[in-house]
Amino acid sequence: MNSNVATLNKLQTLVVIGNGMVGHHCVEQLIERGALDRYRLHVFSEEPMRAYDRVHLSEYFSGRDAESLALSDASLYQTPGVTLHLGVPVLEIDRERRQVITAQGCVSYDKLVLATGSYPFVPPIEGAEGDSRLVYRTLEDLDAIRAAAANARRGVVVGGGLLGLEAANALKRLGLEAHVVEFAPRLMPVQLDDLGGLALKAQIERLGVGVHLSRATQSISAGEDYRYRMNFANDEFLETDLVVFSAGIRAQDALARQCALEIGPRGGVVIDDTCLSCDPNIYAIGECASWNGSLFGLVAPGYQMARSVAARLCDDVAEPFQGADMSTKLKLLGVDVGSIGDAHAHTPGARSYQFIDETSAGYRRLVVDATGKRVLGAVLIGDNSYYDTLLQYMQNAIALPSEPAALILPSSEGAPTLGPGALPEAATICSCHNVTKGAICSAIDGGCTDLGLLKSQTKACTGCGGCAGLLKQVFEHELTARGVSVDKSLCEHFAYTRQELYALVRVEGLITFDELLARHGRGHTGCDVCKPAVGSILASCWNQPIMDPSLVPLQDTNDTFMANMQKNGTYSVVPRIPGGEITADKLIAIGVVAKKYDLYTKITGGQRIDLFGAQLHELPDIWAELIEAGFETGHAYGKSTRTVKSCVGSTWCRYGVQDSVQMALTLEDRYKGLRSPHKLKFAVSGCTRECAEAQSKDVGVIATEKGWNLYIAGNGGMRPRHAELFATDLDDATLIRYIDRFLMFYIRTADKLQRTSVWRESLEGGLDYLKDVILHDSLGLGAELESQMQLVVNRYECEWANALKDPEKLKRFRTFVNDKRPDPDIHFVQERGQRRPIMAAELNLIPVTEETV
Amino acid sequence: MTQSNTQRVETGASAVWQSVCNQQDLVNDSGVVVWLDGAQVALFYLPGVEGKNLYAIDNHDPQSGANVIGRGLVGSLKGDLVVASPIYKQHFRLEDGTCLEYPQQRLRVWPVRLNDGVVEVGVA
Repeated sequence: MNSNVATLNKLQTLVVIGNGMVGHHCVEQLIERGALDRYRLHVFSEEPMRAYDRVHLSEYFSGRDAESLALSDASLYQTPGVTLHLGVPVLEIDRERRQVITAQGCVSYDKLVLATGSYPFVPPIEGAEGDSRLVYRTLEDLDAIRAAAANARRGVVVGGGLLGLEAANALKRLGLEAHVVEFAPRLMPVQLDDLGGLALKAQIERLGVGVHLSRATQSISAGEDYRYRMNFANDEFLETDLVVFSAGIRAQDALARQCALEIGPRGGVVIDDTCLSCDPNIYAIGECASWNGSLFGLVAPGYQMARSVAARLCDDVAEPFQGADMSTKLKLLGVDVGSIGDAHAHTPGARSYQFIDETSAGYRRLVVDATGKRVLGAVLIGDNSYYDTLLQYMQNAIALPSEPAALILPSSEGAPTLGPGALPEAATICSCHNVTKGAICSAIDGGCTDLGLLKSQTKACTGCGGCAGLLKQVFEHELTARGVSVDKSLCEHFAYTRQELYALVRVEGLITFDELLARHGRGHTGCDVCKPAVGSILASCWNQPIMDPSLVPLQDTNDTFMANMQKNGTYSVVPRIPGGEITADKLIAIGVVAKKYDLYTKITGGQRIDLFGAQLHELPDIWAELIEAGFETGHAYGKSTRTVKSCVGSTWCRYGVQDSVQMALTLEDRYKGLRSPHKLKFAVSGCTRECAEAQSKDVGVIATEKGWNLYIAGNGGMRPRHAELFATDLDDATLIRYIDRFLMFYIRTADKLQRTSVWRESLEGGLDYLKDVILHDSLGLGAELESQMQLVVNRYECEWANALKDPEKLKRFRTFVNDKRPDPDIHFVQERGQRRPIMAAELNLIPVTEETV
Repeated sequence: MTQSNTQRVETGASAVWQSVCNQQDLVNDSGVVVWLDGAQVALFYLPGVEGKNLYAIDNHDPQSGANVIGRGLVGSLKGDLVVASPIYKQHFRLEDGTCLEYPQQRLRVWPVRLNDGVVEVGVA
């Protein structure tokens, strides 16, 4: 006890100013290294939100909220001994008294870490104010941009660097016509050479973003067609509704200047190799630090500094900071851009290989040293698949192959890519967290055989995410090398993935499980994994009635009995109510059935009615009555099309611009009964107010004045995901053609039980690839996918109507095949005027109602 | 409370074969349930399997408390014929009722045979 008190008294105070990505990383490292045994830690942040991911800031506009951008659980800052002061700017540092001064008082420090980052540089331009002087740096800035964009049509970004292009992407995501104005004669002047800049410009212009180079904005005045007019030299101008400045960053060194720390020639706190300023108790890390006259505006070097300082403060062995590789790989506006090392070939004697593809505006440059043996740098536009290999060649000084140009040539000839096996142990895989191949190997040796686990154990790929592809390759290579096979088999009966089985069924025209098992599987029974998966594939391909004798044994219980089994073994029944539109007569018919069979009734999220508590033997009677009243099965039990939700549309709504109900009916009628790897939900909204919530669906359609916008791969549920805008202003026929292709391509390539959202995220090449395949028919599959869908549509038949016609199929709907009684163990109690299953705890009570025999 | 198709036939010293239903009541590669003097017995018929291809196992799923085993999917895992509970998907061996995931959940099984188109269950 006494010794504890003594320890407490000996605790020093460590203050970290700034809770950006670098400041946060430093705190994480400090806690991990046991700093709380010796320091009380105070973290000050002028922002109201704890550290968040600035690298992926533009995702804030495509659905990610502030919390999901946060870099850690809130719990990290609730660790005893750590105090996070959010929204509390430090006003002054008193180096003599060793105190930081805030509006709320003073805190004395023993050691101080400055991680104040940077601020956007806005050139002094006459007339720039309010919405013509926005910046792109913090979540608050993004909120301001969003507010300004609400009534805007066009937005301009000043600055064609990395952040400027990100900002342009953000404007585009907000639905604005985006333009980029750059002072230099090319885009990304720091990272790209002339030809690279040219290729990037061409690609970005193809995406509909205006690029204006060699333009200096001289003033901003009121516009005629838009809110503002940006005036350039030679009487040129550009009108816009808002202007975002992203013309570079400046070190946020105001506090350092105030307390008279030494400042570098381009700003920033001068630090030595240990990140120490001229004051032996004050460190500076990240973008506010100036090392050797240079500032570092990337996350990886900031993290290096943070690690180094954390180690030093804990008396661990600290790696000195000796500059950083500024190589970077990004997707800007959907275009791959990579810049490695000496991209400009400034090294004396450097020579280049260049590859130019004018058709797709692709460009690659490889810079090698005078001897032709080592990679010095590279520029990549349009295809970053070359990046990992080139970076490893440079970082590890690996000798070039005899024909170095092969490294940047199109890889159809099996170019010599550097396999993960060829990398030395010391090769850095993740530069954000400095994770080497050796560290990954030792994690695998420690028993880690799961990629997700590997990431959380080693932190690899949890920074900018750029190393994801390489990490996966190394991981799979190392597992294989250790004799751990990366097993992608569906189950013990099929050594194939779902996608491979789908291809076999299609190509060989197989229509039964037994045929597939005999030709490509093992054993003669299958299991509860492969049977439903194959059943689903057969249905997706051929759409035969699932109650046919050869198909029945494949179906999961819900498909077998065409109803949804609930916890007590009873079923719920959902008739299809297309588009959520229903007549009074039909509503009454449902009510009559529900009343007759005493079914618990609830409205579903998909605008239909769920009837609970039916026993197996009651299902045919219930369905006979529903079909008589004009209903069809709703497939609520299947991995298949569920509902097409709709708003009331232009027929009734004063805002509606299209008949969303009619479109919902058309879609639901077309895709009803379509079986797929997982369930499919649709919605159609009649205007941009989006009352049908189409952006949370697998397929979302939103009316525009000219037609329909198509959104894909959204999801609600456990892991919500906003759907992505896929195509705009489509006419009815084109919309349906694209949905046909999209759904069939998903069915063809998705894994079992994979929703469209997860599938889309796992697609290599992402949304652009999918657009190429569906909209531009890059694989030449369009007609095939459409005809496959048409076959399924033509073969549609209500499964319940089909089953009711066939006494053989109805045989199964008997609770007991030798007795007419219902299941005597099913009990209900009354609650809120309806019955519900009795709970285990209530079983010793006398049930209020019992099934009548 | 009608007891259809019930006949008692001596099976040996201690058990009797009790007929429960006809072969036509079975569904190939799937299950049906019979009422047997207060017990619910799930019958699984796998005509494609060589050797024993008819099994009788308790219909009561101990994990969910519901009588649903007869509506589970049958399959084979590591050489054993199994049925997966339709609610929580745990597997029971048709041969002896052992649960692969939770050994304490063992299900009762009965001897069963096809006798001239009639399904008979051995009762003690």
